[in-house]
Amino acid sequence: MRNLELGIWNLKLKKNAMIENTPIIKSTPEYTATRNACKLCAPLGASVAFKGIRGCVPIIHGGQGCATYIRRYLISHYKEPVDIASSNFTEESTIFGGGANCLAAIENVISQYQPEVIGMATTCLSETIGDDVKFYIQNFKDLTDRETLPHFISASTPSYQGSHIDGFHEAVASAVKLIAEGGEKGEHLNIFPGFVSPEDLRQIKNILEDFTIPYILLPDYSETLDNPIWDSYHRIPEGGTPIESVRKCGSARASIELGTILNKGSLSGRVKNNALATTAAEYLLESFGVENHRMPLPLGVSNCDHFFETLSQLSGKEIPMKYTKERGRLIDSYVDGHKYVFGKRAVVYGEEDLVVALSAFLNEIGIEVALAASGGESGRLEDEIRKYCPENTSEITVQNGYDYEMIHEWCAENKPDILIGNSKAYYIARELGIPIVRCGFPIHDRIGGQRIKHLGYTGTQELFDQITNMLIASKQDSSAVGYKYM
Amino acid sequence: MPNRKNYINGLPDPSTLKEEILKKYPPKLAKKRAKGLVINDPNLEQEIMANVRTIPGIITQRGCTYAGCKGVVLGPTRDIINLVHGPIGCSFYAWLTRRNQTRPLEGEDNYITYSFSTDMQDENIVFGGEAKLKEAVREAYEIFKPKAIGIFSTCPVGLIGDDVHSVSRDMKAELGINIFGFSCEGYRGVSQSAGHHIANNGVFKHVVGLNDRERVGKFQVNLLGEYNIGGDAFEIEKLFEEAGITLLSTFSGNSTIKSMEYSHTADLNMVMCHRSINYIAEMMEEKYGIPWIKVSFVGAESTCKSLRKIADYFGDADLKAKVEEIIAREMAKVEAVKSSIRPKVEGKLAMMFVGGSRAHHYQDLFAELGIRTVSAGYEFAHRDDYEGRKVIPSIKIDADTRNIEELSVTKDEAHFRPDLVEKKAELVSKGFEFKDYDGMMPDMLKNSLVIDDVNHWETEKLIEFYKPDVFCAGIKEKYVVQKAGVPLKQLHSYDYGGPYTAFDGAINFYVEMERMLATNIWKMIDAPWKHESELVGSMTIEA
Repeated sequence: MRNLELGIWNLKLKKNAMIENTPIIKSTPEYTATRNACKLCAPLGASVAFKGIRGCVPIIHGGQGCATYIRRYLISHYKEPVDIASSNFTEESTIFGGGANCLAAIENVISQYQPEVIGMATTCLSETIGDDVKFYIQNFKDLTDRETLPHFISASTPSYQGSHIDGFHEAVASAVKLIAEGGEKGEHLNIFPGFVSPEDLRQIKNILEDFTIPYILLPDYSETLDNPIWDSYHRIPEGGTPIESVRKCGSARASIELGTILNKGSLSGRVKNNALATTAAEYLLESFGVENHRMPLPLGVSNCDHFFETLSQLSGKEIPMKYTKERGRLIDSYVDGHKYVFGKRAVVYGEEDLVVALSAFLNEIGIEVALAASGGESGRLEDEIRKYCPENTSEITVQNGYDYEMIHEWCAENKPDILIGNSKAYYIARELGIPIVRCGFPIHDRIGGQRIKHLGYTGTQELFDQITNMLIASKQDSSAVGYKYM
Repeated sequence: MPNRKNYINGLPDPSTLKEEILKKYPPKLAKKRAKGLVINDPNLEQEIMANVRTIPGIITQRGCTYAGCKGVVLGPTRDIINLVHGPIGCSFYAWLTRRNQTRPLEGEDNYITYSFSTDMQDENIVFGGEAKLKEAVREAYEIFKPKAIGIFSTCPVGLIGDDVHSVSRDMKAELGINIFGFSCEGYRGVSQSAGHHIANNGVFKHVVGLNDRERVGKFQVNLLGEYNIGGDAFEIEKLFEEAGITLLSTFSGNSTIKSMEYSHTADLNMVMCHRSINYIAEMMEEKYGIPWIKVSFVGAESTCKSLRKIADYFGDADLKAKVEEIIAREMAKVEAVKSSIRPKVEGKLAMMFVGGSRAHHYQDLFAELGIRTVSAGYEFAHRDDYEGRKVIPSIKIDADTRNIEELSVTKDEAHFRPDLVEKKAELVSKGFEFKDYDGMMPDMLKNSLVIDDVNHWETEKLIEFYKPDVFCAGIKEKYVVQKAGVPLKQLHSYDYGGPYTAFDGAINFYVEMERMLATNIWKMIDAPWKHESELVGSMTIEA
């Protein structure tokens, strides 16, 4: 592993040198600094995952600004209350350790919320000073007079290791490692959906329910981060994966892990400690022999087929007719929309696994993925894209570790027809006059980021219609004739 | 039947509410917290506990020192590259999130649309990040050729011993542009307030006074503590321009570093947000003899008052006449809109928990519509913002405050303005007030509840007790409050609206309140008190 890693670094250095010496190759050089990052920090991802566990209140162990900024960001996307506590480090705790603050935070969260679970995420501050959260939790348990205590889950999420996606998977893996138990094999499946929208989670649940397969979805923030209006205020929103279900993950029939990159980066610091890079499903396989089916997010016909076939095969049940019809309608619309989309050139950016799935979908409808970029630094994006985009695969430019300014420069030079990803590239779209279809995270310049459906045949359908209509509108608006038929 | 009282004969005594809130805290904590909740009596001199650490585990509104320094004070300045030294989150989260607007002139630099970061990784934490920082500074210079670069420290920077100040000095020598660093690690203070102070010190030390530009106007002023959220500063600039007042520099809405460099050539400093910027006003007076006054352009009446005060300071007949002309013309427009909206919203109740000045300023705007403020508090203010500057000498300096450097400022003989000192003395003798901030509490109603650093639990209880018609805070509180059936107006980002300053801004705000308060959608939400006779027996309100 170590050698491989060095190999990639060398490659990176060589590439740099090459660019410096041969200015003819017009490519964005590798910068030291990041301009407009295309990734967020690890504790944000961990907080989202914790919000998907029933009765869980996340505590971020660090300065209060981390919790405040992360809440601010999640709330502007989900448009819901998002309570995340902080251990409110001061200069003193920074010097003498955050133990006292950690204990006080736990105590106050318990007395205010009576949570079933407390999810602790660390920060660059607490990790740099070497705070041991697990030790503090034990300390709290030893010292408290309380008879009933919440379950504790802690994830190591310093923001100098990986991105929000690494934080997300780290929290999910920690939950499973700490809570899951083995036992007699059940019929249920574990579904690890990755960082998708609440609507997508609902979509996955509907599919499993239509199949009548018992399942455990972890995390499940379909309710907690997309609440209905309430009769009375709920301090902790309803919904989320119950801790008893997390416990049963070890006795599942199998796991389905959506996403193929996950937190398995080879460039991020995380890999230096291999133990940290284990995903929840890998841990369950190693510890309890729960077989793991890893596949890309079910977006696009081919990836959806893979997902549905796996469900059918694992359960021994036929794919419900409803989905066969949805699939048929989707393909029918591919034919209807083909003339508008074929040969168009798209830039896809954001979370790596979403970029892979989106690219695969575009590849199958004849939109050329001109650039697939992510701020994530797994170093694996290229392999995965090539694997799941069989058409003209060599023509796709794939970039790990990209920021929005690199995307900006790339777009200015290569003039793509459409941008597909989160709100953060809006400025590029605006400046260059390129239409943008919003999906992923964060979306804070449109309503309904939490309700965007990407997954399944109908999720793909919605995205397909949106992309096609965006291309039609763009053609219609720029035409000299005011066509009403397009 | 709504059970809400209209409090026509005055606000109810909220003692029961205060007790209810404090009951939740352990006894020792409750005793301390009680000092942060004051049942207001404008006729008494009451003390509030403010600017103290937030209790861990309580969901606070507060942010960090870095947020106050980079996000608030330096963020809106367009021609400086604000490079954040740290892991990625900090820079990402402060990327245009405050909606500061800026209007670069043709060909001028504008970097506020960018988020720059050294994106520290594991190896930088282990082996130190100074080399990477230097490389990033060189890169920023190569690409953008900026006039200035500010370097902002995030939590791990101080811990691993990276010295942003020495890197700044080295890079300044190497590149020949102004480069300076801020030790604004997130954990340094009790809130973003510490970051404001650190930013004030840095700007004063490294920027103010670098350019002795010739006079360009008869009345030269600086506006301090206006951050141009939603275009607020543009409204104020418009008024100054028409009145013939030369605005040298704003700290820091719609500003440039260049303008701050010659800000010491002003005749008067005007302070909007007292909390975030009073340090620079004080230091400029000591060093250059420039007096300062407190102004507010939030609310049509406050705008009139502030404009008149500036005209009185300069004592120029033409200026006074011009100001009166503007006021007469604008107030006619304001009155026309106000008279159509006020009857629809009059008697409604508001609450606001925001900032270090906004919770005070916005009460004026609400009052213009006949909306009363039943409870208010600041997120990161100090005692003087509540009780007035007279209490400054009696504020206890705790360890957290001592963390922040107090610059020792001496008179700059070459640039000192004895004429202004004389002018000030003369005006003082006529009853004109300088440094005149009496704080929020004297302006609030009897029995209104003043709360410092309000948290989630208290917010819930406040809503239950007062059943307000509108709650003002930020995005973090918005959906909590709205889920309870109460509309929330964001006073940080203005719900992506605004401007709300000066006359046109006041009109905007009236229209916004009409939209929010006279709508049908809230009737679709069953707020608990709409069908419950009383929430808690002991909390019955006697109007």
